[in-house]
Amino acid sequence: MTINTDLLSKVTAFIWHEADLLDHKEYQDWLSLWDKNGLYIVPTDNNETDYENTLNLALDDADMRRMRVARLESGESVSAGSVSGTVRMVSRMRILEETADYVAVRCAMTLNELRHGNLVSYPADLEYRLKPTADGFMIDRKVVKLMHADGFLRTVSFIF
Amino acid sequence: MSELIELKNISQKAADMVEEGRVHKALYSDPEIFEEELDKVFQNTWVYIGHESEVPDAGSFKTAFVGRHPVILSRDRKKNIHVLLNRCRHRGATVCEGRKGKTKAFTCPYHGWGYGLDGGLRAIPKAEEYEGVLDKNDLPLESLRHESYQGLVFATFKSDIEPLEDFLGGAKKWIDLFIKQGGGYPLKVLGEHRFNFPGNWKIQLENTTDAYHFPIIHKSFISSLDDATADIFDFLDGDGFVEDLGHGHSVMVMIPDLVDLEADLDQPIPARFEELAQALRDEGQDEEQVKRLVRAAHGTGFNLNLFPNVSCSMAFFRVLRPVSAEVTEIQHVALGGEGAPAPFNRKRMRLHEHFQGPMGFGTPDDGEAWERVQKGSMAGKDGWILVNRGMGNLHTSPDGNVAGAVCSETGMRGAYQKYKQMMAAEGEK
Repeated sequence: MTINTDLLSKVTAFIWHEADLLDHKEYQDWLSLWDKNGLYIVPTDNNETDYENTLNLALDDADMRRMRVARLESGESVSAGSVSGTVRMVSRMRILEETADYVAVRCAMTLNELRHGNLVSYPADLEYRLKPTADGFMIDRKVVKLMHADGFLRTVSFIF
Repeated sequence: MSELIELKNISQKAADMVEEGRVHKALYSDPEIFEEELDKVFQNTWVYIGHESEVPDAGSFKTAFVGRHPVILSRDRKKNIHVLLNRCRHRGATVCEGRKGKTKAFTCPYHGWGYGLDGGLRAIPKAEEYEGVLDKNDLPLESLRHESYQGLVFATFKSDIEPLEDFLGGAKKWIDLFIKQGGGYPLKVLGEHRFNFPGNWKIQLENTTDAYHFPIIHKSFISSLDDATADIFDFLDGDGFVEDLGHGHSVMVMIPDLVDLEADLDQPIPARFEELAQALRDEGQDEEQVKRLVRAAHGTGFNLNLFPNVSCSMAFFRVLRPVSAEVTEIQHVALGGEGAPAPFNRKRMRLHEHFQGPMGFGTPDDGEAWERVQKGSMAGKDGWILVNRGMGNLHTSPDGNVAGAVCSETGMRGAYQKYKQMMAAEGEK
């Protein structure tokens, strides 16, 4: 097995950068990472692949991402105001596929959220499709496969 | 009233904690009252189990609860529906796990007892050891009495309770109107969101016919809408109303123009729905059907609360399960049309994702408010929850029911009076 450590290193740096933006609520910078046709997806069924024809927890195109960020930044959402913060650990990076158009990546994440003094943990697999650009990548697709996607979740007023 | 919460035998007093216009906060947190509710409310009435479309085929099943009891909704080979207690008759292990699926039989994982889709005991390993000891015919999975209305399946532990249709009573008219959002197709469950909140089930029950909270807690959702849609959700000063339908049920009409989705089909399609309309035309739908589907896609203009555990809320079912005095599980069930054009069902799911569930733009703020009510209910030794808004401004509806303004608490009062009546009764264990 040969691992392209140069590509892996670039991909890891990009995904860590994204994780840091989200944990520090730098949402406008996060929006700028996206390809305009990109989709942010949090499925209810992790075996599903036809996301548009099934119910998801979130299936955000550019408009919905912008609106989701606006909701979190506006100060109008009382639940968003109760999230003290998130700390996510992203690891176990693996390049699944590399083509001329995109790089497919899978990695592990544990997101920890503090709200009302309670720590809530969200383990998940993240699947990315990244489009190479002159100075890095753009996100074409991000699928957040929560381990307990079909269980009874706490409500979410942040971005995975 | 403070003496009430000092009483040792507090569970006898739950009914006394409900007055006409206020309820005592101890109803949210007392574990003895909670256990009594499971016995006196959830074991003594019709409880919503699921929709028939969730078990479409022979062999389909889904799991659910009646109060504290895990149950299975199954469809047998003859396509008959059953509601079975999820408990092996040998040692009592559950015989079915998971939310839903298809199976040929329910098999206990412990010792291999196998049951048919109708609950009948079919197979026992080493059956010779039971010769002369037991008869398989005596030990099916226990069945609950169940009845359906418009595809909504309810079950009950009460053999002598009134028929489901009598229990639904004045709510039937509204269920009939609600299912029109299938756009002419049979209503079908498309999926569900699941979440829990650290609060009492009655806090959620109160919420379904509470219009008063909408513009306040859901401001961030309303800000995400186009101006025309945001105007539609500005309904507190409109012609809506809340009606007590009896048996604890109530309806809150927020948008009177959207009560009957088959009315006004000759109206032009608003510009903001043009994208959906064009997608439906592209699927070969004629203009009349396009208008019907576009009008149905966004749901009804009312919330119907069916006591004690389900509401038909604009475009979805909201099902609650009381887990403990201070924990409640909620399912937001997305609905569409069986066989309806794909753009219609896709639109329904995208609208559901926009507001409902753990990541919607609305539900997390509801959940936050409910959690705050629960936390706040611990403040002080005495305390009352007010449900008296609109009590001085009631009228009789055309159907002969007590009704108030859209933001009145008429629905909550109806639910709490039914609760009071059930909690005052002698319990059956």
